[in-house]
Amino acid sequence: MAVRRTARRGLVRVGVGVTALLAVVSGLYLLATFAEAYGPGTIGGLGATLATTLVDTGHLLGRLVGTDLLRFRFVWNSLATGVLIGIVAPLVGTYLVHREMALIGETLAHTAFAGVAFGLFFAASTGWSTPILLPALIAGILGAFAVQWLTEHTDTYGDVPIAIMLTGSFAVGTIVISIGGGFSGLNIESFLFGNVGFVTPSGAWLMGALSAVVVAVIAARHKQLLFITFDEQAARVAQLDVGLHNTLLVVLTSFVVVGAMQVLGIILVAALLVVPVAAATQIAADFRESMYLGVLFGELSVLLGLSVAFPLNAPPGGTIVVVAIGIYALSVAAATGDFRALSTH
Amino acid sequence: MTDAVRIENVSFSYGEAPALRDVSLTIAEGEFLGLIGPNGSGKTTLLSVMLGLVEPDEGSVELFGEPIESFEDGHRIGYVSQKSTEKGTAMPVTVEEVVEMGRYPHVGSGRLREEDHQAVEAAMARVDITDLADRKLNTLSGGQRQRAFIARALASDADLLALDEPTVGVDAESRDRFYGLLDELNSEGITIVLIEHDIGVVTDRASRIACLNTELYHHGDPESFHESDALERAYGSTGQVVGHHH
Repeated sequence: MAVRRTARRGLVRVGVGVTALLAVVSGLYLLATFAEAYGPGTIGGLGATLATTLVDTGHLLGRLVGTDLLRFRFVWNSLATGVLIGIVAPLVGTYLVHREMALIGETLAHTAFAGVAFGLFFAASTGWSTPILLPALIAGILGAFAVQWLTEHTDTYGDVPIAIMLTGSFAVGTIVISIGGGFSGLNIESFLFGNVGFVTPSGAWLMGALSAVVVAVIAARHKQLLFITFDEQAARVAQLDVGLHNTLLVVLTSFVVVGAMQVLGIILVAALLVVPVAAATQIAADFRESMYLGVLFGELSVLLGLSVAFPLNAPPGGTIVVVAIGIYALSVAAATGDFRALSTH
Repeated sequence: MTDAVRIENVSFSYGEAPALRDVSLTIAEGEFLGLIGPNGSGKTTLLSVMLGLVEPDEGSVELFGEPIESFEDGHRIGYVSQKSTEKGTAMPVTVEEVVEMGRYPHVGSGRLREEDHQAVEAAMARVDITDLADRKLNTLSGGQRQRAFIARALASDADLLALDEPTVGVDAESRDRFYGLLDELNSEGITIVLIEHDIGVVTDRASRIACLNTELYHHGDPESFHESDALERAYGSTGQVVGHHH
């Protein structure tokens, strides 16, 4: 039993190590391309050299496993974004799931959709072009505050503010898009279901910056978030700032959602906050391991999902979520020790 | 000796419905206060006011001589809420992780130090759950879970334990063991406030009884409680307290 537990912990550590390596490479790529685009003189040159080196190395490694896709920068943008999503979505999702707030990601994605619609309307009306994710981020953060305010100041069940914001934002988004005549040239399907070629360099950089913030905040506030997630009343008595941390959690969720909607799409973005965590919860020995396993399952879902989506030119949101649910089904089977459980979950 | 809790003229209403009316109560350090009253009598509300979870409409609360608004030693209070045995049923959290939470107010965002791990181990040993440290909370019995929550409070160096019907869903044997543990902790100087439906359990153990039904009907030692008509007035009928002898 002890040997099995040690082996299992070792395996999880290796997985976390590989994920960390992928995150470092993704971060380096994003920094390099940013420096290449905006860095002055030497820094720009260094960025260009590093980006080219990474892409060339990736291309070589890719050919070893039979793919030529890694020579394309747009593939790197999607992969780097995906790798970071695979880490931050389950990290934040772990607290959300255990606070029974699984659907808040879906809500904030729809709020971000309303932001995208307003951004497009603004751009079409004024001719002033703005990065599409900026209004999405602003709307996502405002939506996070609105959900938190409604939860704290109205006498209702916990999921009612979530339902109101979810449907309300989507309604506003659809009205704005109709008024704008559908915004010619815009592929709404890409927003709804994700698109492998949809991640722009600026979108990938934004995901990099948001991921750094999410990981830093969680590293600094994990204890408080865990205590509040487990026993909010006792955390209040212990004088932890519950209101601040609740707000922090929904704002971090909006960061993840806005960054992830490029790859997963608005409809499916919540899945990566929830499904890998649900899978990890089935088999984790403790809370820390559940976070590690959630990240591993998230990462596996993103990488396998993208690997299928690229050659098929399919929406990656769908493939990633199908893989995640497959992992969940296997976890349920492993937890129950009965693969017949697959037919009942 | 300072009072652990001083409540003065506290009133609180849920909308139009009064839950507490002009309640004044002091709990000395080292006291074991049993808080009794019928369903909906305001016991949990009073405990919530006492712990700063609810702000009273009127009146004031002091904890360890400090107005609750400026009280900053949250770690001195261990709280086991109603239905706490239902916590963490779907969360893969271990006993040790739960007990470690008691140290979080001490370390803020930092890592747990050697002294924190020692405090966690000592707290688990004190309530006899060391062998359960790696077990997930949702695999334990109700009594074992309650001991984990008490260990969390001990790990935080709590001087005051506030327990709201802690033995709901706990079998009789574990319940006796749990109350035996409370007796021991109280004899070691920890102040205890216990809300309990079983009046016999409270009058057997508590050094002071507070009998509440929106208003405070009695506050004194068990003997004076038995001699008074507080039970009849608070519960609205004549009742007889049955003692528990083990």
